[in-house]
Amino acid sequence: MTKKVSDNSRRQFLGGVAATAGVAAASSFVPTKFAIAGKAPVKVGILLPYSGTYAMLGNSITNAMKMRLEQAGGMLGGRPIKYIGVDSEMSVPKAAPNTKKLIDKEKVDFLVGPVHSGIAAAMAKIVGKRKTPIMIVPNAGSNAVTGPLCAPNIFRCSFSNWQPAFPGGKLMADEGHKTAITISWKYGAGIQMMAAGTESFEANGGKVIKDIQVPFPKVEFQAFLSDIAALKPDAVFAFFSGGGAVKFVKDYAAAGLKENIPLYGPGFLTEGVSAAQGAAAEGIKTTLHYSADLDNAANQKFRTDYTKAYGKGPNVFSVQGFDTASLMLQAAAAVQGDMGATGDVITAMENAVFLDSPRGQWKMSKAHNPIQNIYLRQVQGGKQKLLGIAAEALEDPAKGCKLA
Amino acid sequence: MDFSTFLIQVLNGFQYGFLLFLVASGLTLVFGIMGIINLAHGAFYMLGAYLTYWLIGYTGNLFLAILGGILIMAVLGYLIERLAISYLYDRDHLHQVLLTYGLILIIDDLQKILWGTDFYSVPVPEILAGGIQMTENQEYPIYRLFISVVCMILAAGLYVLINKTKLGMMIRAGASNREMSQALGIDISKIFAIVFSLGVTLAAFSGMIGSPISSVFPGMGSEILIVSFVVVVVGGIGSVKGAFVGAMIIGLADTFGTVLLPEFASVVVYAVMAIVLLWRPQGLFGQT
Repeated sequence: MTKKVSDNSRRQFLGGVAATAGVAAASSFVPTKFAIAGKAPVKVGILLPYSGTYAMLGNSITNAMKMRLEQAGGMLGGRPIKYIGVDSEMSVPKAAPNTKKLIDKEKVDFLVGPVHSGIAAAMAKIVGKRKTPIMIVPNAGSNAVTGPLCAPNIFRCSFSNWQPAFPGGKLMADEGHKTAITISWKYGAGIQMMAAGTESFEANGGKVIKDIQVPFPKVEFQAFLSDIAALKPDAVFAFFSGGGAVKFVKDYAAAGLKENIPLYGPGFLTEGVSAAQGAAAEGIKTTLHYSADLDNAANQKFRTDYTKAYGKGPNVFSVQGFDTASLMLQAAAAVQGDMGATGDVITAMENAVFLDSPRGQWKMSKAHNPIQNIYLRQVQGGKQKLLGIAAEALEDPAKGCKLA
Repeated sequence: MDFSTFLIQVLNGFQYGFLLFLVASGLTLVFGIMGIINLAHGAFYMLGAYLTYWLIGYTGNLFLAILGGILIMAVLGYLIERLAISYLYDRDHLHQVLLTYGLILIIDDLQKILWGTDFYSVPVPEILAGGIQMTENQEYPIYRLFISVVCMILAAGLYVLINKTKLGMMIRAGASNREMSQALGIDISKIFAIVFSLGVTLAAFSGMIGSPISSVFPGMGSEILIVSFVVVVVGGIGSVKGAFVGAMIIGLADTFGTVLLPEFASVVVYAVMAIVLLWRPQGLFGQT
């Protein structure tokens, strides 16, 4: 233990002040900030949206992540934690400069982010070319991040876009629908989720008659709804999230379509927003890797703790933030805080176990994406009601990943 | 596309146009008359929606909430003009842009402090709930038709205000020649404060009346701001009539663009703007 620690402080000084500092843990050469804190902090860079449509997602992730780290004593592998948060502003062009700033200027050990699939791809392109830092994706589902762009130092604690959508297509076919229209925002997440849903719907005998792509982040849906009404499909498969999900579900019901053409989709359609959607969301069936009423002790503890800390209930995004923290804790503990031992850190993360995950136990795939259950949920009385498991231990196909 | 679907899409286009006009009218007034590029217009739109959500919690009635919101925003607009904007009339546009951009940041943070980053919605009032059956499987929400009617009344009201009243005459005089109007005894600073307050209130009002069919969320003002600028530019900067016609054109172009040319849905509106500007660089009803 002691050896590891002094090893660690030596690493901190390398490339800088004095190569001799490593030997003198208690000598006067050691700068006071290390002497006082005992050890240099582990730097956790966070690139998430804190403004705009997806601000709620960024806050939910951050809250749960910090809560989990606090529960573990606010330390990573025995070292204090320094957070360096940057608002991603949901801007893809700003993704590269923000990422480089966190890596080169702040020299973060962990890089947590983002929410948006486009930003995820931009970040992965930069991080994957280097040995450090360790990037953990707490939301963005871009298939590419654990596909063609996968890398030893990139992990994901959320989902691939393929995962929550794929069982949804089968669900529609199983419920007797022959034709469907898919509608989503035209960006990474929407396109990939609709493709996964279409794949399994058509494999099970359905036919997608039209794929409507709405420019992101447009929320004026009326023209598309008239289009759907005119084409009369058996069902509609939709991906929207946040404010767009609220408006789409409300507009869909207000246009009188809900009774005639049932609405399905990946769970983001109703997750964290069903209260705002009100009666318009009642009865909608979705598939997702979490459900609020999962009957396991970890979920109940998580929900109680989170509600106590933040005054409102958690959602799937906070679950992902919570598991992101679990992963960091396990990685740092395995090397006793010596984040420079990158190879050991990565091995620890690949073998991480998520016993206390609110979504139920899961593990990392070879491509560093969760192998997890996808649940079938239905909005009942404004709440996500768990109907069952739509796909058990579902693993992303990880097409194009060299690790898999 | 059969004929009934076509008609419904025309209705959708006009309906979207009406919503756009509501927002764009305030923008064009402030720019045309005061020469201020108000980037914070979208933020005031958002503030209107949040105020409605907040006030409806107390009043339980959408119309009372809107009335309260209008009073608050009119006062707020007046104060912002007096305390900030009024110092920048003699500066160039860059300073005004910086100031109004600063206002966006302040309003965004204020919204986060007051209401957090959750999504909210405002219920449609009972008497306007429900829809009219259009085809065998589509209804048209009554509330959307109500908005169109309100918008037409508002457009007429603005026309009368600017073209037929004494205040409107003073506003037009101040816009065309500030010094001369002052020499003739018109209190221009007061007129400008009223116009800015009116512009802010119009932005907020569109957020308020639109809140039951929209959802209330952070950043909701930024998308509408860009489209509103397109409307103002197409219609001719400063012309309320232009904003009305421009809003209808953009509403229809957007609706039919998304249905007929889905691949180009996001550029149709800008293509229309480019064509109009090539033909009439000052916009449809703009003064050269």
